Amino acid sequence: MEKHKLTACEIVEEIKHSKTDSLTVTKSVMDRIESLDGKIGAYVEVNKKGALERASLIDKEKQKGKLAGVPVAIKDNICVKGELTRCASKILEGFRPPYNATVIEKLLKEGAVLLGKTNMDEFAFGSSTETSAFKVTRNPWDTDRIPGGSSGGSAACVAADETILAIGSDTGGSIRQPAALCGIVGLKPTYGRVSRYGLIAFASSLDQIGPLTKSVKDSALLLEVIAGYDEMDSTSVNREVPEYIRACVNNVKGLKIGIPKEYFIEGMDKEISDSIKKAEDVYRQLGAVCEEVSLPHTQYAVSVYYIIAPSEASSNLARFDAVQYGFRSKDSQTLMQMYENSRAEGFGAEAKRRIILGTFALSSGYYEAYYSKALKVRTLIKKDFDKVFEKYDCVLTPTAPTPAFKIGEKMESPLEMYLSDIFTISANLAGLPAISIPCGFTKHNLPIGLQLMAKPFDEETLFRAAYSFEQNTEYHKKRPQIK
Amino acid sequence: MKVDKELVKYIAHLSRIKLTEKELEKFPLQLENILAYVEKLDKVDVNNVEPTSHVLPLKNVYREDKVKKSIDIEEVLKVAPERQENFFKVPRVIEGA
Repeated sequence: MEKHKLTACEIVEEIKHSKTDSLTVTKSVMDRIESLDGKIGAYVEVNKKGALERASLIDKEKQKGKLAGVPVAIKDNICVKGELTRCASKILEGFRPPYNATVIEKLLKEGAVLLGKTNMDEFAFGSSTETSAFKVTRNPWDTDRIPGGSSGGSAACVAADETILAIGSDTGGSIRQPAALCGIVGLKPTYGRVSRYGLIAFASSLDQIGPLTKSVKDSALLLEVIAGYDEMDSTSVNREVPEYIRACVNNVKGLKIGIPKEYFIEGMDKEISDSIKKAEDVYRQLGAVCEEVSLPHTQYAVSVYYIIAPSEASSNLARFDAVQYGFRSKDSQTLMQMYENSRAEGFGAEAKRRIILGTFALSSGYYEAYYSKALKVRTLIKKDFDKVFEKYDCVLTPTAPTPAFKIGEKMESPLEMYLSDIFTISANLAGLPAISIPCGFTKHNLPIGLQLMAKPFDEETLFRAAYSFEQNTEYHKKRPQIK
Repeated sequence: MKVDKELVKYIAHLSRIKLTEKELEKFPLQLENILAYVEKLDKVDVNNVEPTSHVLPLKNVYREDKVKKSIDIEEVLKVAPERQENFFKVPRVIEGA
C-alpha cells in the first residue's frame, strides 16, 4: 500500500489501530521523494536519517500526540534547531539555528516527523518560487509551470505526495496562491493565531504561519497543533484554541456567503470566473445564501501591500549584516564595505528590489506620500470587511487571477508578478483568516482554487464552509499524473 | 515619479547594498513602473482616516522580568562568519586607528 498517498487523519487512524506504523509511512514518503523530487524540486534539504530515526522512536515508544508518526515538511524560513534554515537565500549560507521555532516545538510535542526544508521564493519575495537562490520548483500538474509561491516547495510536495503535511508562511498569499495552483488546501490563519517566533520575518504586520494539506480536515488538525498564545511572540493572541477538527461539518444551511463584485475583474481568466460561479451554485444547492457584496477599496490592495510589505521587509532584512551568522563577503577592508558587499553578493535581484523599494518608501521626503498614505488606505480596506461581516459569515472569491503560468514567463516584469497576489493580499492587510480549496480544473488540466475569508478568529466558519464544499465535490480527489 | 540612477544609488547606499552596473541600469525603470502603479493611491481620500500599522488592538505587551537561561554562547558563535574568543569579529570600525 502506498502510504504516501494518505492524508494525516487517515494515517493517525491507521497508526492508532496498529494497521501501520510511522516507520512504514515515513519510508514510503522518503521513497517517493527519492524517485520524484529530481523532477519536482520541492525540497532544499531532506533529512532522511533523522526522519527515519524519529519515526522508529515514535513507534518503539508508542508516542501519543495529535500527529504521532505523521511526516511534515517545513518551509525554509522556519527555524529548526541544527538544520539548515536559509530562506532559499545565499545570505543565510550555512545557517543552522541554535533554537526551534515555536511551531516546530509544537509539532514535535504532538509527535510529528520532520522530513526536511522546502523551497521558496528568496525570503518569501515572490509568487512563483523562481526567486529561490537554490533551485527551480515545478508544478506537479505540469512540470513546465511554476507551483506558485512563495511557499511553492511546500505546496508542490503536498500535491506530489512527497509529504503528508506541510507548513508554509503567508504574507500576501504565499500559502493560498501556491495551494490553488497545485490543487491542494492552504490556510492563512488570523493574524495573531499562530506564533511567529522562529519564523524569519518578512513583513511583521502581515506574516502568518499556516498549513498546506491534502484535505480540509488535515488543515484543521494541523492548525489545532500549531495555534495558540506564545509569550515569545507578543503579537500572538491569548485566546483558547478550539478543536478545529470538530468544525469540519458537512452542513452550510443558512450560511451567509458574500461574493464581492470587485473580485471579478476585467481580463480575468474566464475558466476561473466560471469555476467560482459553479462553486456558488454548489453552495446554494447545499442551502447557503450567496449574495453579491461590495468591498470598494479592493482595487487599492496591491498598491498598499507593495508599499507596506517592502517597507517592513527593508527594516527586517537589515539584520542580515554578515556579523552574527550567514554569508560574509571576502576581502572587505572596512565595516561599511563588509555590509555593502555581503548584502550585494548575498541577496538576489528581487530581494534587493524590495529592500530598495521599502527603504525608498520610508526615506525622508517620501514617507508621507507613500508609507503613511498606504497605512491609511489599509484602514479603509479593513473597514470594508468589517462592514460586510456585519451581515455575512464569510466571503467567497477566486484565490488567484490565473492558473499556474510557465516558468520564466513573469520574471522580467516584477509588477506583473505582483498582480498574482491581487485576490489574496486583502486578507493579510485586514488580518483575516482565509483558506484556498480546489474548485475546478482548466481545459489543460491545471487546478483552480477558491478562497474563503472570515472574521478574525473565525477559522471554524472557514472549515465548515470548506469541508462542506469538499465533501460535495470531487476536485480534491484528482491527483496529478507526474510526467 | 521619475526614478533615476542617482536616486537608486542613494537608496541602495541607505540599504547598505552595493549594486552592480547592470542592476543600476535595470532597477530605475522597474521601480518607476511599480511606483507609477502604487500612485493610484493618490485618488483615495484619506482625510480623517487613522493609519493601521497593525490590525490587533495591542498596546505594549509586558512580561515579568524573570531570569531565564539563554542560548549557549558556543551554540551562537558556532554559526558566526568570524569570531575571536567570545566575540563576533568584524573589520576595523574606526578608520585610521
